[in-house]
Amino acid sequence: MNSVALITPAINPETVVVRLRDVAKTYKAGSIEVPALRDVSLEIAANRFSMLIGKSGSGKTTLLNLIGCIDEPTSGSLEVCGQDVAALGDDALSTFRARNIGFIFQNFSLIPVLSAFENIEYPLLLIGTPASERRDRTLAMLRAVGLEEQAGQRPNELSGGQKQRVAIARALVKEPQVVLADEPTANLDTVTGAAIIDLMRRVQAQLQTTFIFATHDPQLMSHADELFAISDGQIVNHKTGGHQ
Amino acid sequence: MKALFTIASRNILRNRRRSLMTGSAVAAGALATLLFGGYVSYIFAGLETGNVQRNGHLTVFRAGYFLFGSGNPAAYGIDHYRDVISLIRQDPVLSPLINVLTPTQSLMGIAGNFSGETEASKTFIGEGLIPSDRDRMRRWDEFATGVTNPPDGRLSDSDPTRGLIGFGLARILGLCTPLALQNCAPIPRPVETAEAKSAPIREDVRELSDREAGGTQATPSAPHLEILSATAGGAPNVVTLNVGGAEPQGIKELDDNFIAMPLSLAQQLVYGRGEHKATGIVIQLRRSEDMLKARARLNTLIRDHDLGLEVRDFGELAPFYGQAVKLFSAIFLFISLVMGIIVLFAVVNTMTMNVMERTNEIGTSRALGVLRRDIRRQFVAEGWLIGAIGASAGSALAFLIAAAVNHAGLTWLPPGNANPVPLRLAIDGNFALVIGAWAGLVLIATIAALLPANTAARLTIVDALRHI
Repeated sequence: MNSVALITPAINPETVVVRLRDVAKTYKAGSIEVPALRDVSLEIAANRFSMLIGKSGSGKTTLLNLIGCIDEPTSGSLEVCGQDVAALGDDALSTFRARNIGFIFQNFSLIPVLSAFENIEYPLLLIGTPASERRDRTLAMLRAVGLEEQAGQRPNELSGGQKQRVAIARALVKEPQVVLADEPTANLDTVTGAAIIDLMRRVQAQLQTTFIFATHDPQLMSHADELFAISDGQIVNHKTGGHQ
Repeated sequence: MKALFTIASRNILRNRRRSLMTGSAVAAGALATLLFGGYVSYIFAGLETGNVQRNGHLTVFRAGYFLFGSGNPAAYGIDHYRDVISLIRQDPVLSPLINVLTPTQSLMGIAGNFSGETEASKTFIGEGLIPSDRDRMRRWDEFATGVTNPPDGRLSDSDPTRGLIGFGLARILGLCTPLALQNCAPIPRPVETAEAKSAPIREDVRELSDREAGGTQATPSAPHLEILSATAGGAPNVVTLNVGGAEPQGIKELDDNFIAMPLSLAQQLVYGRGEHKATGIVIQLRRSEDMLKARARLNTLIRDHDLGLEVRDFGELAPFYGQAVKLFSAIFLFISLVMGIIVLFAVVNTMTMNVMERTNEIGTSRALGVLRRDIRRQFVAEGWLIGAIGASAGSALAFLIAAAVNHAGLTWLPPGNANPVPLRLAIDGNFALVIGAWAGLVLIATIAALLPANTAARLTIVDALRHI
């Protein structure tokens, strides 16, 4: 990762959707402690396509996990969508995730027994969306990712690119405030990966959602509104610009 | 809920072979439990039917008879037993419950055959009864076991001198040939000493019989026995019993000693010209389920009228019934437990493998916002579904096999019975057994799924997502 000038833009506190203050995360392997994040402080404004970039093992996924409220920091404070997540219990955190956070995983992680339609519809079921609205929103999302024809197909009947499109649709269908994507193009070929990035940019702009995207591929940097460079568990660089 | 079971059913179909094997284990459990349960139920029904046909549901005795009366039945006669019968028959609670209400007289003594070339005597245990009531009791078949006894005419209200004896007693007293009994060994020639010893008894009995000749008379050509018994006052009394037939009694001791005779003859023997009493008032109900109610009402009547009587049920009079029920219940419980354990381990194994294979999927679901309890519920639903499908399939198969067995015309000889009875599997209509076995197995499968389901629910999301 090339060193880039650290530009800290003035962010209106009301538009900040992710705020970390001196967050550290240490994993324990027996008696050995492995620091994954060290004193990370950052703020991410709403409606941005932010990118966490760094080598494998740099702490990107750990940071995404913390922001996604699927892991807890060892120390420091974390606010997502204005909510101090440390104050939430397990069920409340699950409900918070279900309403506010969308996930796109590297390995797609679709539910294999559900069709493309059902996979996309699933998050709406979790937040209790009425059936007719679920159907309309799912169909709209299928159209948005160009998979209307594949609505009834199970994940094992879809290509890698199609699976990732379903995963994107699943993450966005509930119109979350934050979408987290962990290396979403890592398992795709270059052309498909580029198409997926384009798709994500397009729907992000369309839905005005905050995207936080982790990658180790420097070539994808040009797509980001904002870059956070991570190395050895620390933010070593922060840059805004790009598409913004 | 619909989504829960839709996903559960699809997950079951995901690994068809594994689910099939687990479902088959549940089905085998249901099959074994229902078939054996049906067999045991039929045995219980058969035993109860046999006992109720013979002893009725309840018998009213004079207080103390049950414990001490068999040594001297004559001393425990119920005074004014006809009044007691009227009281019971006219009771508004008991009357609609009763099928047969009949007096009996127990007695014991010596029976001798001195009528021809064979002369033999033997102690006997006798029962005096009303033949038409006996015939009605022997037709009772509440549980549709098929074990009914049409009237055979060997005992008749119209012939107060005719009785029925045990097959063994007929053999011992040399009545095989006169009664034209099949498979009945002829009596061996008596040894000198036995003949010598029996002679005084024979003469005494003949003399007594001649003295009582005004009472009963043997039909000249019919097989008959001289029956000697002590009266209630302690005096010897003799009557002549025309033997209408011999009937196997199932238990050798009873078979070698049993005589059934009309009540009036038994009373004449025991009470002579004195007041005729009865040792028991037998009550056969229409339905066994009314037994407790009827017993409670009888006790109330006895207490309110200060009758000095006691009530015993057929289980007390025939302890073998209770012992057989306990034995078969224990075997059924053991088989059910074994089946339950097999099902438990099969489902635990399958669900544990399912959780391991779907760890990443569990992590994804949790990340999407699925609650821990919903993860648990998902796997428990899968266990429930495997149990329900397996138990339903096993139950359906059990019904088919039971139908085939019940229509095959098979028979078997229950313990204590003299004659074979139809072999049936009482599953059809046995809701307690069918629902109990089905629900029990489904419950076991559900509980078995709970352990792996808890493991799944407790997974940390990031660890689950890292799982390959």
